[in-house]
Order: sequence, then structure tokens, then C-alpha cells
Amino acid sequence: MTTATVLHGRGLSGGVCEGEALVTREAIAGWGGIDSRTGTIIESRHELAGQSIAGKILVFPAAKGSSGWSGVFHMARLEGVGPKAMVFNVMNTKIALAVVVSHVPCVTALDQDPVEVIRTGDLVRVDGDRGVIEILKRKDGNASGI
Amino acid sequence: MILADDERRMLDGAEGPAVQAAMELLVKYGEVLGAERLIDTDNVCGANIFNAQQRKLAGGTLDDVFAQISLDSPGGFEIPRARAHSCQLIGPMDTLEWQVQGVPQETRDAILDSESYSARHGIHLMNTCTPYQVGNVPTRGEHCAWMESSAVIYVNSVLGAMTNVEGRESAAAAMLTGKIPYWGYHLPENRHATVHVEVTVDVTTNRDWGLLGYAVGKVAGETVPVLTGITDTPNLVKLKHFGAAAATSGGVEMYHIPGVTAEAQTLEQALGGPGKKPALTVRYGPAEREAAYARLNTTAADTAVDLVMIGCPHASLDQIRDVCDLLGDRKVAPGTELWLFTPRGIRLLAERSGYGDRLRAAGAVLMSDTCPAIGRFVPDGTRVIVTDSAKQAHYLPAIMGVQGWFGDTRECVDAAVTGRWEGNL
Repeated sequence: MTTATVLHGRGLSGGVCEGEALVTREAIAGWGGIDSRTGTIIESRHELAGQSIAGKILVFPAAKGSSGWSGVFHMARLEGVGPKAMVFNVMNTKIALAVVVSHVPCVTALDQDPVEVIRTGDLVRVDGDRGVIEILKRKDGNASGI
Repeated sequence: MILADDERRMLDGAEGPAVQAAMELLVKYGEVLGAERLIDTDNVCGANIFNAQQRKLAGGTLDDVFAQISLDSPGGFEIPRARAHSCQLIGPMDTLEWQVQGVPQETRDAILDSESYSARHGIHLMNTCTPYQVGNVPTRGEHCAWMESSAVIYVNSVLGAMTNVEGRESAAAAMLTGKIPYWGYHLPENRHATVHVEVTVDVTTNRDWGLLGYAVGKVAGETVPVLTGITDTPNLVKLKHFGAAAATSGGVEMYHIPGVTAEAQTLEQALGGPGKKPALTVRYGPAEREAAYARLNTTAADTAVDLVMIGCPHASLDQIRDVCDLLGDRKVAPGTELWLFTPRGIRLLAERSGYGDRLRAAGAVLMSDTCPAIGRFVPDGTRVIVTDSAKQAHYLPAIMGVQGWFGDTRECVDAAVTGRWEGNL
């Protein structure tokens, strides 16, 4: 019998969604880091360079770089290429404002490090009201379990 | 969040729907941050010149574009004049040299329209990433709401003003309400250093300061570093380069150099008092300097140079003079461009001082109000750019898909004249 891996944290913006995780251990740059017209990560020195955040559950440690962070996520939402949800560790003004203008479920301050526990390609449910993350299915096909 | 009476009135709509939308945004933002309250601010720097993408996505009148793009509100109401003293940061276009940028007439007209809308709303058109070079010099302890990471780190650290890195929406809301969440660097206890950087190499030139900033940002991330071992007192330009680089490779918004920056005369003061120890101590020596240089130059391989860019953050009058002197009687090579970027006010001074004529005689172009990374422009067919800015060398390759060389100003000017990159550490 398997038990879904569940992480508990602080829900920041409402709603529940399921989707595929895109996970990075590196902080993400907004302006100059993501193309708001396509959702592609363009920071050439980033481990996810060339991949797209569009429709993904974006799991990352922190927001870095320019003050245009919220603006890029705001424009990406209007272009229809924003993330489906955001899960992150470090609170700062860049990510806080992006949480407000992205209009998607967001969770932080989790009891396990999401960047270590969740893997790219996992099917994840994010509950932004209760602050709960569930890994529903691992990328390798096995149900998540301990 | 606990709201004061005037803030509650704004939230309830007593000051009109635009102020209400602004206060709603600030309350949501403050709650996500975990702020307990708001604080008054009368010094706001934001970004409300709308480009074609933003006007197309928002549609409607400029009031509607402002509501949607700057306040994250559906709009349908008039935007009042800014309540707080406010200024516009660097924007998408040089209103004089827009044709050099390749901006179509229609886009130029739309941007001018957006600029005059901002001016009518009491937003000063400084159009620079360095308001502190052209008269907006916050005092120590002044609560501000500024965007632009390179400006925030400068005014927090060098001047002792108090601001977080705001975004377009929070800055616009602050303009209309005169309020911003009391969080982060508005609280004195968050301004102490937790990372100690022991500098063991000489740091003297602009390039040295850019390299140091790029290395410190990578190590310090979001924390407050304190630097010791600095033996040469830096000027405005060097600290401008340092801060921009540290805010680019990491998220540094505040640092201390005891005896130089505003809030610490000693290492002990920087750390927050007697007995306080840093969480991390790192060394910046020759190996760290070389590593920063290598990381900044990773995107470049070809030595035929298409564009030399000076003025990120916007150049001071001294930097413009230095470029003129480095050029001497030489001319920019055919097939290569030398572009300098500065605030509009400094551009006027540069013209009055004769530097504009000298630059034009050499075939260089002096611009203001924008930069290639913000405005997304380089000369047609550009493959390789050269700059003396760590920040621009970091961002422009990502934004424009070009190769970027980073070096000192002399190497950059030489590259403009010869058309070839020959820089080295």
C-alpha cells in the first residue's frame, strides 16, 4: 500500500489545481529571466534555460534579480503562458507581488523542502486555500509512497 | 493587517475607485508578505510607460491600461493624480533617438502618449534607472517605495534610505495612496549584515567593483553582506556598478562597507552590535575574482564586435567624459556601434560641456531614457556586444540572444575603435 506524499505549508492565494511539476534548485529571475510572451526561461546560466513555465506547477527556492519580477508574471498571465501554481521557499517582495498578480494557487513555508521532495514531471495537487501540496504520481509512473 | 483610519477609508472607497483598487492591492500584497501594517511614503519610483504588448493586452483607454497593468484591477475608472511624490524609472524609448533604436513611428507616438499621461498624473519623467544621479536623493531613514534593483541597493546602502525592491503594481499603488507595506528593509532590525565578505585583493577600478558585486551577489543571495578589506574609497560610479552587479547575480538589496556606507562605521555596527557573529564568512581573493570574470564572459566566443554599450546603470557625466578622453581623435570602426546611455538631465549637461559633439564626431551615439535590455533593441544583425557593466553583460545575452563580453571601459572603447574584442583580466 502506498501513501501519497503530502507537504503542509502556508497557503497564500486561493484555489486548487493539479498539474505537472517543473522543479529547480536555483532561484528564478523574472525580468531578463523569463520571456513573458512565451513563458520560456531565457537566463542562459540557469539550469532550466530553454524550458517553459507555461501551465506548470513551478517549484523553486526563491525569486531573484530585477524588480520587474511581478511584471513578467503579470504579463505572462495575460498572455496565457503563466504557471498553473507556484510553490517556493523564500518570501520576498518580488515573489509576494507576483503571487498577487498571478491569480493562481501559491504555497510557501512548507514542512518539507519542496525543491528536494518534488521532482520535475511529478503530478502534483496544490491547494492554495489550505496550504497543502500532494504528490499524486511520480514521473517514473509509480504512485508516490513511502 | 492592521489598517489606520485613513487606510481603511481608502479601502472602503471614500477616496474613489482607483485609490480603493490600489489599497486592495497593497492589502493583498502585505498579507502575502506577512506585514503587520503599512507605512507612509512620499518618495515613489515606478514604471508606467506602457509598451505595445501591454497596451494590446489591456486594451481600452490609458486609464484602463494603468488599472490593469499597474494596479491589477479591471479598471473602468479614472486614475487621479499621484498623491505621493513620484517618478518614472527607465523606460522603453529614447524620445530623441528613437529612430536609432528602430522604433516604428506608431509605437513612438503611443509611448509619447503614455509618457504625457504619466506627466499629467504628477509622475516626474526622470526616465532613468538612477534617479539618485538627477536629484532624487533620499535622506537617511526616509521610507521610499522604489523599483529598480540597482537603485534600491544604492539608496538603502549608500544613503541609508529604507525601501524594498518594489514592483510595478506595488509602486503604482504607493503613488496613489502614499502607503507601502511595513516589511523587510523598512524595519531597522532587518538591515544588519549576516554574511561577512573578507576582501583580500585590491578593488579599485569600475571593473573591479563590478566583479566584486557579481561574486558577492552569488554568495550572499538575499542576505545583507558586509565587506571588509576595502582599501580604496569608492565613488558613486563604483558603488553604482557594485550594487547593480550584486542585485543581478543574487538578490542583494542592502550591504555595508564600514566607514563608507551610511549605517556602519565598524564591522560590529554592520553586524548589529557587540557579540553578533555573521552566519557565514567568505573570502574574495584572486580565485573568486577570476571565477566572476569567467562567469560574466561565458556567453561570448567571437571577437568581432557589433555593439559597445556603456551606461548600465545610466552613465554619470564623469563616465561620459572618460569615454570621450579614451576615444581621443579616434573614430568608431565601420560596422561597429558605440552607444552611451545616461539620464536626460545628464545628457543636457554632456551636450553643454561639449561631450555630445565629441561623441558624434567619433561616430558614437549618446542616448537617454532607456537601454538595450529594457527597450529590447540592438543594431540590426548584432551577434556580439561588449560592455563595462556586469549587469548588462548578464542580462543582454538572455534578452536579445547575443554574445556578451564584459571588460573595463578602456577595453570597451578600444573594441569600438578596432571592431575587435581583445579584453582580458
